[in-house]
Amino acid sequence: MEYFLQQLINGLTLGAIYGLIAIGYTMVYGIIGMINFAHGEIYMLGAFISLIAYLAATTIGGGSVAVALMVALLATMLLTALWGWTVERVAYRPLRKAPRLAPLISAIGVSIVLQNFSQLAQGARVKPLPPVVRGGFTLMQSEDFAVNLSWLQIFIVMLTAVLMAVFTWVITRTSLGRAQRATEQDMKMASLLGINVDRIVSITFVMGAALAAVAGLMVTLYYGVIDFYIGFLAGIKAFTAAVLGGIGSLPGAMLGGLLIGLIEAFWSGYFSIEYKDVATFGILVMVLLFRPTGLLGRPEVEKI
Amino acid sequence: MLKIEGLCAGYGRIQALHGIDLDVPEGEIVTLVGANGAGKTTLLMSICGAPHASAGRVLLDGEDITHLPTHQIIRRGLAHSPEGRRIFPRMSVLENLQMGAAQSDPRHFDQDLERVLALFPRLHERLTQRGGTLSGGEQQMLAIGRALMSRPRVLLLDEPSLGLAPLVVRHIFEIIAAINREQKVTVFLVEQNAFHALKLAHRGHVMVNGKIALSGTGAELLANPEIRAHYLEGGTHGETAS
Repeated sequence: MEYFLQQLINGLTLGAIYGLIAIGYTMVYGIIGMINFAHGEIYMLGAFISLIAYLAATTIGGGSVAVALMVALLATMLLTALWGWTVERVAYRPLRKAPRLAPLISAIGVSIVLQNFSQLAQGARVKPLPPVVRGGFTLMQSEDFAVNLSWLQIFIVMLTAVLMAVFTWVITRTSLGRAQRATEQDMKMASLLGINVDRIVSITFVMGAALAAVAGLMVTLYYGVIDFYIGFLAGIKAFTAAVLGGIGSLPGAMLGGLLIGLIEAFWSGYFSIEYKDVATFGILVMVLLFRPTGLLGRPEVEKI
Repeated sequence: MLKIEGLCAGYGRIQALHGIDLDVPEGEIVTLVGANGAGKTTLLMSICGAPHASAGRVLLDGEDITHLPTHQIIRRGLAHSPEGRRIFPRMSVLENLQMGAAQSDPRHFDQDLERVLALFPRLHERLTQRGGTLSGGEQQMLAIGRALMSRPRVLLLDEPSLGLAPLVVRHIFEIIAAINREQKVTVFLVEQNAFHALKLAHRGHVMVNGKIALSGTGAELLANPEIRAHYLEGGTHGETAS
């Protein structure tokens, strides 16, 4: 029981991070029907930017960890969003009218470019960050096992919950969200109503990148090490989460992220930690075989 | 008000419009009739810049809008109720109408909504329903209502009668007349249902293979024996049948 609870806590934390990245995949797919394979790299850039921003904030500001974290969070979201905007502008927008394979290949290209750029700019070695948020409390204690809930885990889950609530509100209640949904459902009609669809697509990339940036910051804090290659695996896992939830569906991405996190945690806890990625991608294969629309996706007539 | 000069347009290498000259004067209903594939929809769409004209000009109040991006053209006071209605299927009726008002001053939204719902009381009953679940006639009302939400000066209507029962068609056309008469909206109406369209319109044009073949007042064209033979049989039958 204690062991189960611990895995649940770990899984929720991990799932929150995957969910944040998965939203970027699902939104971009919804609006321009393309899998943005560079999204994992955007998350990786977010992790690097957060590390630099945090160190800069502590160096300049000195004192408080909370203030430094806030500054790092905002700076990371802003700068990573700028990356997301640039990638769309440079690599995808010129291909808006091209066959669907072209932007996909362009995305893979961007992914390679960004990986190599970080490797060159930041070096290939892992970058450590000493634990910033320490402590927590013990929920339960039996003779040989203690269930720990760290402040950091609480911070990660809470921040994710808040971001997702804000995000859901923007999409369902504001005029910007309405324009995004309209563009997703019928881009040409949206433009016939005076919507600048290029701008809406840009904003969508910016929003997805900002959420991935938060995930990058969380991972930096949670694991304490990052390198230029983390975007690949996390990206594919978040993509799996988006597919599991139903690609194009926002609640689906959140649910999928959570499930993937839980599956990974429980698999590592009860079976073997070496095979946790196999478990995750096994899920991807199963979903694609038996329920290609995912858990919450709607059946697509033909969108390839 | 809306003036089209020597407009050519097409898709890829296929040219659909071969030098269209057309004038839509302020306050009038102008109709364009013609067979399937004559280029009517292409003309309406290229007025909105999708596709852009390859030659010629589109003038709105004397301003050249030919090469502006679509959303800029729309923001200058055009509204388009396109072929196939293009209702946002997974948005409520209210949200569809809100999208119609996306570019207008939010302060007069309530007033505009009231005006449109007075015109289409049926939409009032359906406000929270998803657009995709509406009947064809209701979708057409929503498409026109959505276009009116932006307080357009010129309303472009592409085949509002398509696929609707004769009774519903007559209702829609009565509303179009009312919009023009009472709200002083200039209307450019593209129709295959030539009988109804010409009866309603101040001025009519007949399009054949991407060219204007014939022009005149609605009454003149209705009386023209050639038009009667080519375009009106279906329409008059529909009329006697209802």
